[in-house]
Amino acid sequence: MKVLVLVKQVPDTATQVKVGSDPRAIATTGITWIVSPYDEFAVEEALRIREKRGTGEVVAVSGGPERVKEALRSCLAMGADRAVHVLDPALEGADTLTTARVLAAVIQQEAPQLVLTGRQAIDDDTGAVGAQVAELLGWPCLSWIMEEAIAEDGATVRAGRQVEGALELFDLPLPCVLTAQKGLNEPRYPTLKGIMGAKKKEIKELGPGDLGVNVDGPQLELVRLEALPPRPPGRIIPGEPKEAVRELVRVLREEAKAI
Amino acid sequence: MRIELTDEQQMIRELAREFAQKEVEPIAAQLDREGRFPHETVRRMGELGLMGIAIPEKYGGGGADTVSYVVALEEVARACASHAVIMSVNNSLVADPIHRFGSEEQKERFLVPLASGRGLGCFALTEPQAGSDATNQATLAVRDGDHYALTGRKLFVTNGREATVALVFCQTDRDKGSRGISAFLVEKGTPGFLVPKVEDKLGLRASDTAEFVFEECRVPEANRLGEEGLGFKVAMTALDGGRIGIAAQAVGIARAAYEASLAYARERKSFGVPIGQHQMVQWMLADMATQLDAARLLTWRAAALKDRGEPYGVAAAMAKLYASEMAMKVTTDAIQVHGGYGYIKEYPVERYFRDAKITQIYEGTSQIQKLVIARQLLDLG
Ligand SMILES: Cc1cc2nc3c(=O)[nH]c(=O)nc-3n(C[C@H](O)[C@H](O)[C@H](O)COP(=O)(O)OP(=O)(O)OC[C@H]3O[C@@H](n4cnc5c(N)ncnc54)[C@H](O)[C@@H]3O)c2cc1C
Ligand SMILES: Cc1cc2nc3c(=O)[nH]c(=O)nc-3n(C[C@H](O)[C@H](O)[C@H](O)COP(=O)(O)OP(=O)(O)OC[C@H]3O[C@@H](n4cnc5c(N)ncnc54)[C@H](O)[C@@H]3O)c2cc1C
Repeated sequence: MKVLVLVKQVPDTATQVKVGSDPRAIATTGITWIVSPYDEFAVEEALRIREKRGTGEVVAVSGGPERVKEALRSCLAMGADRAVHVLDPALEGADTLTTARVLAAVIQQEAPQLVLTGRQAIDDDTGAVGAQVAELLGWPCLSWIMEEAIAEDGATVRAGRQVEGALELFDLPLPCVLTAQKGLNEPRYPTLKGIMGAKKKEIKELGPGDLGVNVDGPQLELVRLEALPPRPPGRIIPGEPKEAVRELVRVLREEAKAI
Repeated sequence: MRIELTDEQQMIRELAREFAQKEVEPIAAQLDREGRFPHETVRRMGELGLMGIAIPEKYGGGGADTVSYVVALEEVARACASHAVIMSVNNSLVADPIHRFGSEEQKERFLVPLASGRGLGCFALTEPQAGSDATNQATLAVRDGDHYALTGRKLFVTNGREATVALVFCQTDRDKGSRGISAFLVEKGTPGFLVPKVEDKLGLRASDTAEFVFEECRVPEANRLGEEGLGFKVAMTALDGGRIGIAAQAVGIARAAYEASLAYARERKSFGVPIGQHQMVQWMLADMATQLDAARLLTWRAAALKDRGEPYGVAAAMAKLYASEMAMKVTTDAIQVHGGYGYIKEYPVERYFRDAKITQIYEGTSQIQKLVIARQLLDLG
């Protein structure tokens, strides 16, 4: 079974994000880039599917500037068989619909039986691409999955998503799109062998031209980013525990109106 | 010139960092307190490929290089110095010499399990009367047909209790002095191979440091590593590489101490300001950061020379000397920056201080490194 995983390269979670000189983007100097954590769950799940079935192929796909290759290489180091990189700097600021069109075109070329991706990328947090891709392809989609099991004949998948206090189970025909929620699995680290082996694996480079997709103007225009006002400093309530707690409760009730 | 890690080296550093921060750092203080060998995380290091980083894949290793090894070791040492020495001994002092001096059959039998982390190696050179003066070996290996019978005592063997195989140095011809020393791979459980004692130590408390006794322990000739009489060369070559690892270990310990100090200097207040605003505290932090960088660069240089196949013995001795002295200084100052809290076990810096000390002693004391460096400078051979 061929499984395609859509991954996005995002700033490391520890990054102190600052608005850039162009107020529509963040300042990227000095940022460490990583694979978006939810996409890592998707990669891990794809690898497990291949391992469980004993055969198959895992293809990692991403779009963006040259540095995106690093993210793809980490997927290869984790165990993906090969990668596709849609090299187009314009994709960096693209809206989700444009991104989804490009990715859907890659999926059409690759014709996998299953597409996995994270429930959202942790930079823009739109959470739209998985569903948009499915819509463009006319495939069913289940978001925020916590578990999945593909039927032995490879025709359907049973997947579960968490809802308030319960797990909601669905059967979907393949091909379909599943987006991963935290808890789906515990992603492996790439082993040293994986890292050394990754450089021998293929990263296929495509331009938007190769896909016949028009990266025309965004449907969704980002106006500007605004930094949040700095958080007021914490306050320490001194005194004996008994009085301090009383004061804390008073402050929470009367000033913060939190209780 | 460029001082830059390759993509693979960076990814290996990330791998080691993620593993060390998630799996090792949280348990390091408790392991230290209990003096317990970390079986589970050492097994994980094997799975991840950290136990034979620079050994080719066909012998079970990671197929990376010495620079990858030192960047990974720094990350592990930053979390726990005991894990770092367990890893360093297996990589540098056992796997590397087997790869370099072993026959194809020995590589299959001994190297594959060690490099893949299924086994664990140890290196037994030191004896009661042979520490710095490592040539003064008293353990005898007497030939008996196609076997040797080993008799003698070895001290301070890192991984000694847990190892599956020991690289043991013995005198096969006493009249020839250091040219009469030979190296043997001795499996645990061989009759006559005893481990009577494990030391109680100041630092590296999760690493087992054991005493070995050999009583007429019969070892097949097929287990001799290298020619008869070549043992001292095997030991010295291993130690040249090992010193790069100890330098990296020292850098890792010192980095942990420096990072803790930097964070503390931002938080702790005295006289109404964070202590990091006092110039004398700033001096300590500035010296720490500078010396830490210098030590790391010396370490990377030694590793890069080894990878390029150039002579690296002096570079390794310099890196080990400077990095271990630096680690002692930085961890001492880290306690100072922490004031009274640095002296207390609730904070990690006292552990870094205790762990740093050994880097000035094993694999050649600081004095011996100076001797090695000066002898080369003066061409004294
Ligand atoms: C925790 C730990 C782990 C160890 N692991 C191993 C291991 O895995 N395998 C192994 O074989 N050994 C190991 N050792 C032993 C270690 O390598 C020796 O302790 C070290 O080489 C010093 O030898 P020594 O203790 O006999 O000190 P000595 O040689 O007695 O030295 C005492 C002092 O005299 C100085 N000195 C000695 N000779 C000279 C000289 N010519 N010029 C100037 N100064 C000199 C030394 O620098 C030192 O300050 C370990 C030791 C420890 C404590
Ligand atoms: C084992 C032990 C026993 C002790 N016994 C006693 C006792 O019996 N009675 C008692 O009262 N106390 C005792 N103490 C407390 C001890 O005196 C304090 O720890 C010490 O005075 C340092 O204060 P501190 O720990 O708050 O460090 P801090 O004052 O927070 O200092 C942290 C660092 O900042 C530096 N620093 C602070 N201010 C300045 C400045 N203005 N300029 C430059 N550098 C500065 C310090 O030198 C230090 O390096 C004990 C402590 C220990 C660990």
